[in-house]
Amino acid sequence: MNIFMMLAPMSVFLGLLGVGAFWWTLRHGQYEDPAGDAARILIDDPEDRPLQD
Amino acid sequence: MAVTYGLDPAPDLTAFLKRRPGAEPTLELLVKGARCAACLGKIERETAALPGVASARLNLTSGKLVVGFRSLAAADPGLVVANLERLGYPATPYDPGQAAEAMDREGRRLILCLAVAAFGAMNTMMFSVPLWAGLFGQELGPATRVVMQWWCALVATPCVLFAGQPFFESAWRSLKARRANMDVPISIGVLLTLAISFSETLLHGRDTYFDAAVSLLFLLLIGRWLDHQLRLRARSAASDLLALQAATAAVVGSDGAEHRKPIAEVAVGDVIIVRPGERIPVDALVQSGSSEIDNALLTGESAPVALRPGQVCRAGALNLSGLLRLQALARSEDSAVAAIARLVEAGAQSKSKYVRLADRAAAIYVPVVHTAALLTFAGGWLVGLGPREALLRAVAVLIITCPCALGLAVPAVQISASARLFRRGVLVKSGAALERLAEVDHVVFDKTGVLTEGRPRLIDTRAQAIALAAPLARASSHPLARALAAAAGPGPRAEQIVEHAGLGVEGLIDGRRARLGRAEFVGAENRGGRETEFWFGVDGEPPVRFRFSDQLRPDAAATVAALRARGLTVEILSGDVPLSVAMAAEDVEVASWRAALTPADKADAVAALQAAGRRVLMVGDGLNDAAALARAHAAMAPGTALDASQNAADLVFSGEGLWAVVDAIDTARQARRLALQNFGFAALYNLIAAPAAMLGLVNPFLAALAMSGSSLIVTLNALRLRGRA
Repeated sequence: MNIFMMLAPMSVFLGLLGVGAFWWTLRHGQYEDPAGDAARILIDDPEDRPLQD
Repeated sequence: MAVTYGLDPAPDLTAFLKRRPGAEPTLELLVKGARCAACLGKIERETAALPGVASARLNLTSGKLVVGFRSLAAADPGLVVANLERLGYPATPYDPGQAAEAMDREGRRLILCLAVAAFGAMNTMMFSVPLWAGLFGQELGPATRVVMQWWCALVATPCVLFAGQPFFESAWRSLKARRANMDVPISIGVLLTLAISFSETLLHGRDTYFDAAVSLLFLLLIGRWLDHQLRLRARSAASDLLALQAATAAVVGSDGAEHRKPIAEVAVGDVIIVRPGERIPVDALVQSGSSEIDNALLTGESAPVALRPGQVCRAGALNLSGLLRLQALARSEDSAVAAIARLVEAGAQSKSKYVRLADRAAAIYVPVVHTAALLTFAGGWLVGLGPREALLRAVAVLIITCPCALGLAVPAVQISASARLFRRGVLVKSGAALERLAEVDHVVFDKTGVLTEGRPRLIDTRAQAIALAAPLARASSHPLARALAAAAGPGPRAEQIVEHAGLGVEGLIDGRRARLGRAEFVGAENRGGRETEFWFGVDGEPPVRFRFSDQLRPDAAATVAALRARGLTVEILSGDVPLSVAMAAEDVEVASWRAALTPADKADAVAALQAAGRRVLMVGDGLNDAAALARAHAAMAPGTALDASQNAADLVFSGEGLWAVVDAIDTARQARRLALQNFGFAALYNLIAAPAAMLGLVNPFLAALAMSGSSLIVTLNALRLRGRA
């Protein structure tokens, strides 16, 4: 029973963390342009080459 | 007077720059045709490389490009737009307006409520599972049960109070207005459930419904969010259509140079230049230049009207052939358009009295359920259950009959119906529009631009003559010349083009002087007749005549027949002259038609039909239809319609065909049938569940199961519409 008193708040806390994270993504406009975000990853920026030794 | 001008004057778009104090100016553009990562990269890179541009970011989902400029002085929006067109992406300035921002805020709030309710439902469920297990004879000591119940309370209460706000606020507003909408029983049910569960926890009772309260809100918020998405998508698509018509006028400044101004900023007395192919922005007096204007969208007349200096022209008319120099007689709000806008407003008010299907269901549902709950309480107490047990049963009745299925029943159906119509090029502006459309029993068509294509089409098919005149036609911006060029297809252009205002175009074809235009300009005799005509002549050869007419849409007759087969009566109300209306009516086999109607006549005719108990669907495109569109029970407008008409219409269809009207009516009727079916399911479920709750046979586990089960059924039933696309 004692372990429950620790696990229960922990699980609620983790859930809250999820809601908080979702709220953060919502606030930062991460759902404004799903198509654009999917496309941007394919664009090669010529300046963005790996460092050469 | 011969006037020469470039076909594509660089537009001055500085009026659309957004200036915020302390920040650099930005420009928002709606870009067409960007689909992939390559387009995105190209557009952003090429735009950002332009002089004066600091940043460019394209939203691929909505097609909006936000361009940031280094400073106001360096900003050249025209250059940005011209550059985008060179890349192959036509762009127009876009202004979302305040209504859009409020809508976005509302959407963000709903989704946050949904997230909180989801969190609450899942975590409360975690503590509820042991409680449910205890109901079925598993070992659960009273102390553990109380702990679990307190945990449920701790998690569920803040979630319910937060996620329930949209419902509480709406219920409060409607109570203040002395009405009861669906949100009143929802709010009462949820809050009462919460209160009773608290008291049961304090009294060490067995049954608490914390999980039911929060998962109920979760399910209802899904329905609410679907409804919001429907309106959001319709609105953004509608504003895209409007943005494409983002209207500016070329005003001649005191320095003699032309500046582009938004139409709303044109003042009385301003001198305006209107090129062929442009619309007259405000009511104005012709100072110089002569031309023909097309009043089709304004009055429904299909034949062009000649215009000379000293005459007055109305806002909304299309300038066909000559460059006009006008003096503004009224501001945009005071132009002829405004009188029509007032009629539209009056019509829209009558429409807002419509009571939606869900609210009509709620009006029956609420008294029944609340009476049942009250009877359970009173009856239970009378037969000796004790007040606490009686109250608990009454709450169980409220929970189990809570209108979760009802809240989902309609939005789920309407969103799948509108998604289906959207794929077929029909834009539904609201769920209420679909409900009204399903009730329609009489269809009124406008003629010009609805039954007909609303633009001239060449009816000659002499390929040789067409090929001869084509090089000159391609070089002209006159609508008749364009129709001729369209019939000829791509090819060479004539040289040394000079357009003669109000007469025609002159140029060199293979070194020979040729003219294309009105009969007297080419040196022929006007023969008259019902068709619009255009002449072509080359030095030393007899002139050739081309005839044009406003053709019926290819599927107009089939559409009318299909509507009749569905038990609807069809009528034509037009502002055009009786002769051409009669001919169109004969072609589509409609017996009842009226011609030469003013906008007010049309609205009155529709109102009279409605007063006689008919449910009228108005299909119209012109400004002269806007009032009738607003007055009718349901209204549709083609995508080519003026923005005023599109605003007044409930549905906007794109594409060449008229068949969309049949499609929309079919889908609306199907959606109504499914929604009623869903109500039927919900009623059936309540008929079984409510008596069980009254008899005390329902425990929290069964309540949770029944609630999600009924919601699932109505949602799946709604999705059937989607499958049959």
